[in-house]
Formats: sequence, C-alpha cells, structure tokens
Amino acid sequence: MADTKIAAYICRGCGLGERLSTGQLAKIAEKEGKAAIVREHDFLCSEAGVQLIRDDIEKQGATHVAIAACSRRAKTEAFHFPTVAVSRANLREGVIWCQPDTDAAREATQEMADDYVRMACDELKRMKVPAGNPDAARLRRLLVVGGGVSGMTAALEASKAGYAVTIVEKSGALGGWAAKLWKRTPAHEPFREPADTGVAALVAAVEADPNITVRLASVIARTSGAPGRFSVDIAAESGATATEAFGAIVQATGFTPYDAAKLPELGFGRSPNVVDQAGLEALARAAAAKGGPIRRPSDGGEVKTVVFVQCAGQRDDSGRHLPYCSGHCCATSIKQAMYFKDANPAVDTVVLYTDLRVPGNGEDFYRSGQSKGVVFSKGQVSAVEPSGDACTVRFRDLILDEDTAIENADLVVLATGQVPNAGVDIDQVPQDEPGQWRPDSRSVLNLAYRQGKDLPLLRHGFSDSHFICFPYETRRTGIYTAGPVRRPMDIAQAVEDATGAALKAIQAIENAAAGRAAHPRSGDLSFPIVRLEGCTQCKRCTVECPFGAIDEDEKRYPVFNESRCRRCGTCMGACPVRVIAFENYSVDTVGAQLKAVEIPDEFAEKPRILVLACENDAYPALDMAGMQRRVYSAFVRVIPVRCLGSVNTIWISDALNRGYDGVMLMGCKHGDDYQCHFVKGSELANYRMSKIDDTLKQMALETERVASYEVAITDIERLPRLIDEYAAKIGEIGLSPLKGFG
Amino acid sequence: MPGDAGMGDMADLNERALAKYRNDFLREVEERVDEGHWVKMCMQCGVCAGSCPFGPHWEHSPPKIFLMIRAGKREAVLTSDSMWMCTSCYNCVVRCPRKLPITTIMHGLATYAQRLGLAPKVQPTRDFSIIFWENFTRTGRANEMRLMLRLWFKEGFAAGVKKALSMRDLGLAMLRTKRMSPLEILGGHGVKDVKGFQAMIRKAKEIEDRRRGLSG
Repeated sequence: MADTKIAAYICRGCGLGERLSTGQLAKIAEKEGKAAIVREHDFLCSEAGVQLIRDDIEKQGATHVAIAACSRRAKTEAFHFPTVAVSRANLREGVIWCQPDTDAAREATQEMADDYVRMACDELKRMKVPAGNPDAARLRRLLVVGGGVSGMTAALEASKAGYAVTIVEKSGALGGWAAKLWKRTPAHEPFREPADTGVAALVAAVEADPNITVRLASVIARTSGAPGRFSVDIAAESGATATEAFGAIVQATGFTPYDAAKLPELGFGRSPNVVDQAGLEALARAAAAKGGPIRRPSDGGEVKTVVFVQCAGQRDDSGRHLPYCSGHCCATSIKQAMYFKDANPAVDTVVLYTDLRVPGNGEDFYRSGQSKGVVFSKGQVSAVEPSGDACTVRFRDLILDEDTAIENADLVVLATGQVPNAGVDIDQVPQDEPGQWRPDSRSVLNLAYRQGKDLPLLRHGFSDSHFICFPYETRRTGIYTAGPVRRPMDIAQAVEDATGAALKAIQAIENAAAGRAAHPRSGDLSFPIVRLEGCTQCKRCTVECPFGAIDEDEKRYPVFNESRCRRCGTCMGACPVRVIAFENYSVDTVGAQLKAVEIPDEFAEKPRILVLACENDAYPALDMAGMQRRVYSAFVRVIPVRCLGSVNTIWISDALNRGYDGVMLMGCKHGDDYQCHFVKGSELANYRMSKIDDTLKQMALETERVASYEVAITDIERLPRLIDEYAAKIGEIGLSPLKGFG
Repeated sequence: MPGDAGMGDMADLNERALAKYRNDFLREVEERVDEGHWVKMCMQCGVCAGSCPFGPHWEHSPPKIFLMIRAGKREAVLTSDSMWMCTSCYNCVVRCPRKLPITTIMHGLATYAQRLGLAPKVQPTRDFSIIFWENFTRTGRANEMRLMLRLWFKEGFAAGVKKALSMRDLGLAMLRTKRMSPLEILGGHGVKDVKGFQAMIRKAKEIEDRRRGLSG
C-alpha cells in the first residue's frame, strides 16, 4: 500500500485533554499506527479543526484519516470526508464517559484509549474508499403487481412524482375486492354513514393518467435483475408475452377471503341464507340494482332478523382456521348492519362478537351503529343450524355466561378473514436448479432468484417486513409490498400503505441509480467483493443472504447483484474461506483491530474482553450508556460490526488465540418478533455461535469464554451490567491460558 | 311513583306493556325508562361494574343489565334487585367511556319495575323508598321522626323497640341539640300550601305517565 498516507487526529475537547494523556496517544498513532501526520487539537469538530483535516487531505495528500475523538455516531457531518477512508477511535462515549474520573481508574482508562487509537490506525490500513457500485442502473419505471385499491393508489402516487408505471392485473378489470363492495366504511368526518367506495373514481384516474399503463388479464412469468434493472416477462391470458424493464416493483396482490366452506358448523354451504361478508356485499349490490331491500336468498322473502357472526374462522386457537384477526371485519359488519337499518329500522340486526375491534375512527362508526339500533352482543357462536328458510344461531353469552340462541334468523353473515395472496412459500417450494428454471403458476413474481420465486414470508403467509421499524421493506431489495398482502387491513389503511410503498420504490430507483444501499445502511457505497478464485462453491453465502441478493451460476459460483445487497455482511460472516469483503469493512479490518489491542501478560491480572457489537442497536446503546455516564469494566474493547450476521468465526478464534479472556457478541433479538435490521443476521449469528463450543473445547478453553447476548437499543442500563457481570465471570474462571502465544 | 298504584292497576299496566312491545324490550326501555335510549350505546367494557362500590353484591352489574335488556330478558331485568342496590355514588357515570348516565338509568329501571309491580318484594332500598315517598308527599316535608319510627317498626313491634333502644344515645343527643323534635310525631310541619303541593305531584305524575305512555 504505497499510496497510503495516514493522518491521525487526537481531539482534546469534551474533557479528553484533561482525562487522557493525548501526547501519549499521539505518540502511539505515530509509532505504532505509522501515521505520517499526527495532530492534537483542542476542538477538532470546530470549523478550524475540520479545516485542518481538510487541508491535510488536499495539500498533504492524506489518504486515510483516523479521528480519535467521539463515537463514530457523533459529529458525522463535521467528520464527513468522502474522498478518504475514515476510522474513528471512540475516546469520549467509549472511554472517558464510561470510566470513573478517579486516580485509581486513570491507568486503565488511558490503556483503553491507547488501544482504541491503535485499533483505529490498524483498521485504517486495511480500508479503502468505496470505488462505486458496478451494478448502478437507473430506470425511472415502476411495476405495480395488482390493480386493486392498493395497486392503483401506488401507481397514481408514483405517477404524480414523475415516474412511469405499469400495472399488471390478473383479472380482466381494475378495482380488486373494493370494486365488489356496495359501500365502504367511512374514511372521513363524521364517520357515521357507509360511504361510496370511490373505486370508480380511482379507476378513472388511473385510466386517464398518461404515465400509467394497465395490463389486464396478465401475470408475471419471470422477474430477474435488481433494483434499477429489473427485467420482467408479462404474460397475457392470450398467450402473448412481453419483456419489460423496471427500476422497482410494488407488489399489491391483496387477499382472498378465507374459504367459508371450511365452516360447515356455522351453516355455510348448508343454507343459501348463510353468507360471508363478500356474499352480503353481492346481495346488497344486487338489491340496489333492483332498487329494493336485500331479500332472503332461499326464497326471496322479507328479511326481519340478520345475525352477524364475528371472527368466523379467525382468531382460532384450535389450529384449524386463521389464528389472526383481520382487523377490518368488525367495522365491515357494522357497515353491513347499516345496509339493513338504513333501509328499514325495524329489521333486527345483531352482531355477535367476542371483542369488537374498530381501529382508528371506527369507534365513531361503532357508536353510529349503536345509535341506529344495531344490537351488539358479546357471544361466542357455536353453531348455526339452518332449518327451512330460517336459521338458529347458538352462542355462549359471554357476559351472562350462559348458552343461548337467536331463533328465526333470516340471514346469517360470517365475518371470515383475509388470506394474503403472497404466492408460494419459498421455504416449502425450493427454487429450480440453475438452468432448469420454469415459471410456477402459483407464484406471483416468478423471481429467478436463487432463494425462490416469491418474497419470503414471516407468519401466517404474510410477506416478511418489520411491522414497526421498516414496514414496507421486504427481504428483496427494490420490491415492496403494500396492502393486505403485507398484513390484514381495510381500504383506508391500504391507501396509506400503498403511498408509503410507492415512496420506498421511488427511493429504491434513485438509490440504484447512485449505487447506494437501501435501508438500513442507506447511502452506503460499499458492496461485497468476492475473490472467486478462492471460492469453494459451498453456497453458504447464496443460501444465507437474508435478501436473496446472491444468485448462482451453473457452476454454483456466487453471482452478486450489488443493487439487491443491503450491505449487512452476512455473506462475509458465512464464508468459510473468507473470500468476501467490502472495501471498508472486511475480515481484515476487524481482524486488524482486534489484533491491535495490547494484551497484558497473565501476571498483570488485566483481562481483555472483546465486544463485537451490532452497530444498529448494541453500539448506540453503549454510546448512550456513556452519555449517561454509566460506568462499565475498563477491560472491554468494543468493535462495532454491521450486523452480528457479519461476524466471521475466525475473529473469535483469532481473539482467543491472541489471549483475550472472553468474547461478548451483542446483536439484536431474533425469531418471529425479530429486531434485527437485516432480519436474519442475528439469527444466523446465533446459529453459528451455537457451534462454537466445539472450537472452544479443541482449544482447551471454557465454553463461557464466548457469550452471545440479545440487546435492544433501549438496554442502556442493562448493557453496563451485562459487561460487568461477564467481567466478574471471567474473574471467576480465570485468565486465558493462551496469553503470550498469539 | 312508588306505592301509588293499586295491585290491579299494576298487573294491568304490565299486561298492556307486554302486549304493546311484544318481544322488543329494548324499545320498551327506550320509551318508558329515564334515559333508556342510552342502553343501546353500552359497549360492554365493564368499567362501571369495576367502579361500583357495591360491585360484588349485585346479581347483575350494569353492563349485564344493559345486555339483558338488549337480549329481551324482560322479566329477569324487571324482577332483578340489582338496580335497587345503586347508592347514587356516580362513580360509574364519571368513568363510563361512552358517557352513559348509568345512575339515572338504574333508578329509572327500578321505578319502572315498581310501576309494573314486578320489583322484588323484600328489598330494603325499595321499602325505604316507598316509606320515604309516602312520608314526604303527605306534607311536602320529610318528617324524620315518623320516617324513622316506620322504618324501625316495619318488621314488627319487638324489632322496632330493639332498634330504637340501640339508637337511643344518638336520639337523645339529637333532641338535646334540637336537631329533632318529638312533637313531629303528632303530624309535624309541612309546606304552606299542602293541597297545592299534592296537586302539583299529581299533575307531574300525569304528565310523566302521558309522556311514557303509561296512562290508560
């Protein structure tokens, strides 16, 4: 690395100058860190301090900059030097703020700072400035799969923002389920009356929009590529197939009502007078077309009593039906009861519910239903027994705690739930072998990706996304889900959802054009580079990538699609031969840091504990612990990692071989209610670490020397405690016997 | 008004109500019970039942009563002694998220049950209400001496004497401080125009009966 010129800056501000010997740090940067330029400054993030660095880059030719000051999460704008590689030694939050200001602690505090300066310099030597993404491509065109309310809304929103949109709709008409409703639940003040669905206006707006192309009676036969350059085969029912290119995709494929035929105990299929909510909408539309009231289907008789059975085949804990709540059905039943009450207040309408759930302004609508005389009874329906033209609805009254019944119901409406149209479950249906790829008629997207043809699912068949932190993101970069395919929802929520997904899709298009990463490392220009000559075709990277970014060629070598990559480094953590690296984050950059730490010999009685902390949650939590001046052991040396999934086990064995006494891994919660920003990273790390015990035994070390923790960003109080407890445990089991051999 | 109608009249009223409303007890309550139109607005959250200081002593808590009304359980509601247990503390009214005037509805139901002759026969609150009503409508003023004596002796002479003796310290103290006059037993004080007062009460009942559809 002949062209490397390291400049190191030691800040004396924020109390660093008083607490630490910055002169000693400067000497370390120069002697051990091999920094060509070393400067101390009283206020490095000030204009003058930043100018100093800028001048060194421009005039002195510094290519690598080590900043020994505050956390890498602080002063990011001041210390933003995009043309050079930058490393940060966290002396403020990570040293002086988390160590006591006492004479007794001074030595250990200085040692911590010394090590962080060594680490920053050594990391820097292995870093390069990202040279730019070779996969960058810009196509300002959006594909929307599904022409319902969600799909049409996404298309209109993207069009308004200046992007061309193609809607592919499977059926022969736009509108989806909403077009089959007579009216919708109200979305505006005063939330009292059923409202016009607005679908006709939406369809008209789509058809009038010159930016939007609609392809009806068409499906997706194949999707390949990456954000900015998706190539999609659109197959029409007629047999014609067109290949088009898109920058991003919104999947708004909606839902199918749960099959009421699975509920014979509730009378469905045994009498035409038992319908599901969709069936009642059809009756209401037919009645409205004729201009009369809704009649009894069996004989056209007058409807005097209607019973609505909530949670029919939903919120079921027997395992036979849907376990979840579909959210919209309570308000839908209230709306449908109003169809009757508004036409004739003398009609008895009873809603039998276990919990009435009307999110948002549905509460006003519920009150309106009560005012109109819709009767609400808390009851669990056990059976609907048709006999002739009437039905008996048997239920357990949950307030009076007794079995009772409503006789002579003319109509029974079952509130069945929403089943997402998410295509195939890729965990059940594996992708075809390379070269053998065929479209699957059950699939929505027919992705030619290595991991499978559709988006990964989370639970109950809904596509995987983080409900709170990143709801629109799926596990396929550039493809966003909107509407009931993502979670059960009503029209108002679907409109909001579609708007959000359209914006994310636009963001993906622009990111792809600039070669930048999407959430959560938004703007990151680095990308994984593989040294194929060392690859053993083990396929771990292609299998484990949480985002399906890596395909395989016919020889089973990985094919990286950089624009699909989220830069978590899970592939790097997985690779057993360590041929995957980022320019600024690699097995070497972390390896160099952990090797830079000075390990005192066993007689010094100063253990060293390596902490590999997730930069998304654990590292900020440690910073915040520092901000709150929470003290933790001075024996730890913390290295932030992009995701615990990027932790390569070589780091652990290197650390133990060098004489570290313990390794703490801090990542996000995994499992169904994961908090991992890369969805699967912490889970994979946990799995890998479950195998580390064998390695430890081979090294004749105690299994306690490696410990994994699930940490949330809010664990500000807990983290210092965990560290201290672990340090105490190391004290109990004793120092590592491997010191001095590394 | 309690105790104001003869048994025959009551049974008749009940028959007529049954005939008029058939199975629609909710409509009957909405039309004939004070604030009865609020019953349909209850959302069964149970906050009232949880707030009631008499909660564990009711057979039917307010949400149960409201649910029973909506389910058409007419006889069970009107013969229930639950609404007679209400002490008018207004805790439930303050806490009801749907702002139901629960206390008023409870008293309205009790009054309606009493009018129809369906109210439970041995119920201390009901007994007291009847005694109180008769006591103060006589002169337009509550006669505490006679009210107490009637209350104490309603279960017989011996029980009355026992009760009176147990309260004697309080009674004597009230006499000493002129908070009670023994002369009240002879008839007591009243409003200036007792006849006019009684005519007002009669008129009020007539108007209310007409409004509630209870007059013939």
